[in-house]
Amino acid sequence: MNMGNVLGLIFANMHDMTLGYMTKSRTMGSVLVGGRYRLIDFPLSNMVNCEISEVGVITKANYQSLLDHLGSGREWDLSRKKGGLHILPPFGHVEAGLYRGRIEALYGVLSYIKSTMAEYVFLSDCDVITNMDMKPIINYHIDSEADITVVTTTGVFNEEQTLNSTVVGVDDTGRIHDVLIHSPISGQCTISLNMFVIKKSALIDLIQNSIARGLYSFETDILQSKVKELRIMSYDYNEFYRKIDSIESFFNANLDLIDIENSRQLFLPNRPIYTKVRDNAPSKYGLDSSVTNSIIADGCVIEGEVENSVLFRGVKVGKGTKIKNSILMQDTKVGNECEISNIITDKDVVISNDRLLTSSASYPMYIGKGASV
Amino acid sequence: MMKKKECVAMLLAGGQGSRLYALTQKVAKPAVTYGAKYRIIDFPLSNCINSGIDTVGVLTQYQPLVLNDYIGNGQPWDLDRLHGGVHILPPYQKASGAEWYSGTANAIYQNLSFIERYDPEYVIILSGDHIYKMDYAKMIAFHREKDAACTIAVVDVEPAEASRFGIMFARDDDEIYDFVEKPKEPKSTLASMGIYVFSFDKLKKYLTENENDKEATKDFGNNIIPALLANNERTFAYRFEGYWKDVGTIDSLWETNMDLINPNIPLDLYDPAWKIYSRNPVMPPHIIGKEAKIQNSMVTEGCYINGTVDFSMISNGVTIEEGAKVTDSILMPGAVIKKDAIVEYAIVGEHSIIESKCHIGARPEDMENRDEWGVAVVGHGLTLSEGTVVAPKQIVSENM
Repeated sequence: MNMGNVLGLIFANMHDMTLGYMTKSRTMGSVLVGGRYRLIDFPLSNMVNCEISEVGVITKANYQSLLDHLGSGREWDLSRKKGGLHILPPFGHVEAGLYRGRIEALYGVLSYIKSTMAEYVFLSDCDVITNMDMKPIINYHIDSEADITVVTTTGVFNEEQTLNSTVVGVDDTGRIHDVLIHSPISGQCTISLNMFVIKKSALIDLIQNSIARGLYSFETDILQSKVKELRIMSYDYNEFYRKIDSIESFFNANLDLIDIENSRQLFLPNRPIYTKVRDNAPSKYGLDSSVTNSIIADGCVIEGEVENSVLFRGVKVGKGTKIKNSILMQDTKVGNECEISNIITDKDVVISNDRLLTSSASYPMYIGKGASV
Repeated sequence: MMKKKECVAMLLAGGQGSRLYALTQKVAKPAVTYGAKYRIIDFPLSNCINSGIDTVGVLTQYQPLVLNDYIGNGQPWDLDRLHGGVHILPPYQKASGAEWYSGTANAIYQNLSFIERYDPEYVIILSGDHIYKMDYAKMIAFHREKDAACTIAVVDVEPAEASRFGIMFARDDDEIYDFVEKPKEPKSTLASMGIYVFSFDKLKKYLTENENDKEATKDFGNNIIPALLANNERTFAYRFEGYWKDVGTIDSLWETNMDLINPNIPLDLYDPAWKIYSRNPVMPPHIIGKEAKIQNSMVTEGCYINGTVDFSMISNGVTIEEGAKVTDSILMPGAVIKKDAIVEYAIVGEHSIIESKCHIGARPEDMENRDEWGVAVVGHGLTLSEGTVVAPKQIVSENM
């Protein structure tokens, strides 16, 4: 399969609600993760790494940070004459708020979809961190003569996880025969990773028919309603992934990347994850610093103790300060003699000297962007 | 007719750097790794863009492949421009024949037509061998104010060191009246930094005259500057105050790296107003493992550190396994230090693998004879098998 024949479509705003305040003024796609990345870097890099050279990013609200991050797409090698990156904000006449559903979002960019030369479309949300080879999925879609292929994963999940996921029933041939939405199930099951493959012409037909009938949800009105009518196949994905659907899963996914074995499955030298370059200096470890089991991005200056934490670019940790089980996003400044555990700080948070901030690992405290403590 | 540029920078990057031995066997000196995530050439290139100079010719000759690849279209330094930008200028064949660059002045002479395309008032000549942050715009303003033919940037050096440099003699108004290249008994401490601002018409005149002189060595220091002085051209010294170091030798490369972790050295890489740009290797943030001990060091992206690191510069993609000890050393990109290996006062080249229980270098205080001490060097792409010992001062350029 010539991947130049595939259009990538990324939904930057889907699942914005699951991260509460963190997505108050940014899209899900621009949520910071793993020390130097934004969530959208993963689907975007995956597409680029498997030679998809035309990608549209669909966004509706709060997209300033997204635009700033993506720029011309050059960092992902998507600043092209032919194809390349297209950011697709809504037209002015659509009412404010999130799209009512994926179909409405697609309808808003229908003319863009129609204008591309692609034969297939790979749709992806920004809620899954993984390094995915999409080629076998496209090939599977073609070989299995599917109308729609849903990328799924099988595992043991709790009710909270399945409540935010689409659970599918799959038969022996890989065909999906049952679709459950917002249904609390615990135990072994197969869930959708919110990535789909579909032929472009079929997608256009589905969008137009659904809109004509006032239907907006891809999951309910297409996957669920048409499960018998359409041949919807499941592609079971078994590589390392983390799905972000709550503050807790966000927190744990970040901490999981400290494990070098996990990190090596996500950051493959031959399939790098690209992101916006910030030109920070290397990180500096001071005279009395002590750092163990942590991810440290460039531009940090560490004079205190850091354990089991993720420090994004440009974080400063003062003398005598102890940081444990925490995620400090870009340019967080922590003063001297502080004690911090189980905390998530957003960008540009300033924590003065002698502060004690702790919460429990099962419910980490989040400190909003630019706050002073 | 192209748009005019006020100033064009010409960066001499053809230096072989032979005194860096194994480290410059396959790369030109300006492409040598410095400060964990930089290459030496990042400093003059970043200075250019930070000073508002967006047209830079990079003159290459010796082992240019790595350097060409590194500079690319100049995008990391914001030097990919519609008009101007960075241009690699290797020697090329002309109707009159082909010749290598036979000296610094000859290299610029052979590229006069490149400079003429931009019709500049001034040309700034830079070298790719120095670590410093400098606002060239201020120097050009000084040159303009003095109505000079040539302005030479100088630093005040220790009298003991003065014999290593080209030494200037200047009057109170900074006009230079004499110049001695590497004097045995220096009577001044104003050392040339190898940075010259020329009014372009004067540069053209003196380069052309120098070319016609069959005896000349075609060098700025030996020929052009003495010729300017002999003709009473207005030649001024621009006094630079700040950190400036030449990284021409193993010892100075090591020292200059160590300066970055010395809090008393005024070279701030964290100043957002004067960033040093570099080509990004596209790697994840580094991971510090459970068994790691790390202090007084700089570490960049793509590293996995689970050993002990103290007073060291750790470049991108380095692995330091559990039980390994790296102190007072420079690890270049992709170096691997296996379990229980010891690296002290050493430079380990790019992608070299130090197998377990190797011992590279030694601390000066552990030496019986201090004269035998020096920084140990392992070249690029080598593998040192288990238990190999590399003595201090030793330079390894083959697998052991």
